[in-house]
Amino acid sequence: MNPTWVIAKRELGSYFDSLVAYILLIAFLGLTGFFTWLIGADVFLRKQADLYVFFAVAQLTLLIFVPAITMRQFAEEKRTGTIELLLTKNVTNRQVVIGKFLSCLLMVCIALLFTLPYYITVSYLGNMDHGATLCGYFGLILMSSAYISIGLFTSSLTNNQIVAFLLSIFAGLIFQFLFDIIANNMTGWLGSFFESLSMRTHFDSVSRGVLDTKDLIYFGTIIVLGLFLAEWNISKKN
Amino acid sequence: MDIKIQELTKSYGQQKAVDQISFEVKTGEILGFLGPNGAGKTTTMKIITGYLESDGGEVWLGGKSVKSGETKRHIGYLPEHNPLYLDMPVIDYLAFCAAIQGVSKSQVNDRIRKMVRDCGLDEEKHKKIGELSKGYRQRVGLAQAMIHDPEILILDEPTTGLDPNQIVEIRALIRNIGKEKTVILSTHILPEVEATCDRILIINKGHIVADGTAATLRKQAHGQQVLHVRIEDGNSNDISQQLKTLPSVAAVELLDTEGQRFEVQSQAELLSNRDIFNLCVKNKWALTEMVALETRLEDIFRDLTLN
Repeated sequence: MNPTWVIAKRELGSYFDSLVAYILLIAFLGLTGFFTWLIGADVFLRKQADLYVFFAVAQLTLLIFVPAITMRQFAEEKRTGTIELLLTKNVTNRQVVIGKFLSCLLMVCIALLFTLPYYITVSYLGNMDHGATLCGYFGLILMSSAYISIGLFTSSLTNNQIVAFLLSIFAGLIFQFLFDIIANNMTGWLGSFFESLSMRTHFDSVSRGVLDTKDLIYFGTIIVLGLFLAEWNISKKN
Repeated sequence: MDIKIQELTKSYGQQKAVDQISFEVKTGEILGFLGPNGAGKTTTMKIITGYLESDGGEVWLGGKSVKSGETKRHIGYLPEHNPLYLDMPVIDYLAFCAAIQGVSKSQVNDRIRKMVRDCGLDEEKHKKIGELSKGYRQRVGLAQAMIHDPEILILDEPTTGLDPNQIVEIRALIRNIGKEKTVILSTHILPEVEATCDRILIINKGHIVADGTAATLRKQAHGQQVLHVRIEDGNSNDISQQLKTLPSVAAVELLDTEGQRFEVQSQAELLSNRDIFNLCVKNKWALTEMVALETRLEDIFRDLTLN
C-alpha cells in the first residue's frame, strides 16, 4: 500500500478512535442545521429551493472546524516526539504531509456527506438548480482544502496545539474577512488586488456555478504553498 | 549491510555535538555505543537514521549514502524516549508500521505474530499503547523497529525501563538478531555492553576515545597484569623481597601484614602466576590465594571520559 494512504488512513482512524471526530461532526451539523432550517434567514424565509443559507453558514463553521482538525497534526507529533519515528520510516516528508492533508480532507468530506439530507430535502421542496448546488459543495471542498493547507502549515510551526489552532483561525479570518474589508475601502488596482486575495470572492464565484480558472488557480496556489511550507518546516528539525 | 561513517560533524549553534567521527560496523556485528550524557551518541544515531542532516562527512549504509533517502527502509530505529502513538492498540500500531515500511500484505500478519511473540507482547496486544507500563511500551518500541526485518538496527537505550527478567530476554533477542544483522545500540549500563556487544565504542565530547572489544579496552587501559596473592608460612618482608626478584614481576605492595596479602604487578606483556607459584614451592610457603584483578569497564569508562 502507498505510504501516503497508510498515513491518511491512520490519521482518519485516530479521529474516530478519539471523540474528536464525533464532537466536531455534531457541532458542524448542529450549527449548520440550526441556521439553515430554524433560525434567521433560513430556507423557509427565503422561499427559494437552494442551499444558499447552508453554504453561507458552512463557510463560517468550517473556518473553525478545519483548524480544529488540523491543529494536532504536526504540533502533537512534535510534542510527543513521534514525528521522529514517523519521518525515519520508509516515507518521504512529502508523503507524510500529503497523507495528513488527505486525512483532514476526508474528514471534511464526511462532514459534508452528512449534509446530503439537506440537499435532498430542499430538492423536494422546489425546483433546485442541481449544478449550482454541486458547485457550492465543490467550493466548500476547495475552500476547506485551502484552510487545511494553512492549518497544516501553522501546526508545523509549533509543538503547541492551541497555538496552531489560533494561528490558523487568525489566518482564516484574514482570508475570509480582512481582505474583503480592505478591498471595500479601497478603489482602483489596490481594491481589486485585495478583492482577488479574499477567499470569499472566490468561493462566491465558484458557488454561483461558474468554474473560472482564476478561482482554481487561487485555491490551488494556497493549497500548494501551505503544503510546501509545512513540508519545509518539518524537514528542518532544529 | 555495513555501516561506514566518515568524518561526521554536527553542530548545534556554537556547540559541536559530533566532531569528525569515523568508524565502521560490519554485518553480524553488535556495536555498543557508550558515552556520558551529551557526548553525541544520540546525534550520531539520528544522523545514521537520516532524521538529522550532518554538517559535514558522510554515512554509507551498504554503499549507499544516507542522504539519498534510499536507506530508510533498511533501518529499524528505536529512538531515545520511545515515542509511540498512545491512542492506538498495539496490534493496530504494528500493522501501521508494517504497512508504512512496505511489508507486503501476505507477510504482514506473520511479521506481527512473530514480533508479538519475540517481544513478549501476547497478553497486551489488544490494549492501547497508552495503557501499557513503561517496560511494555519499550517492547512495542522494539517490535516496531524490527517489524520489517531490517538489515540495520539502531537502538537508543533499548533496555531502559525493563525489569531484570525482561532485560535478559531483550538482550538475548538482540544478540540473536545481531548474528545476521548490523546493530548499533547505545546504553549507560556498562555490564549490558559486555553482555550484548561484540565491540565497544566510547565517545566523549563528540570524539571517539576508545574502540575495540571489552578485552582489548582492558588491555589498553591497564597494560600490566595485577594479581592479589596471599602467601602464608613466611616472613612478610622476606616474601616481599623475594617476589621483587622475580623477572616477571614489576612491583610488589604489601596489602596487609596480618593476612600476608600482596598486590603483585607483572612486567608488561608478561604473566607472573607461575613464577610466584614456583617461588612458593621452593620456599615451602603456602599460596592460599591468587586472584587476577580485572579492570572494570566502569574504571575504563571513567578514565576515558573524565579529564
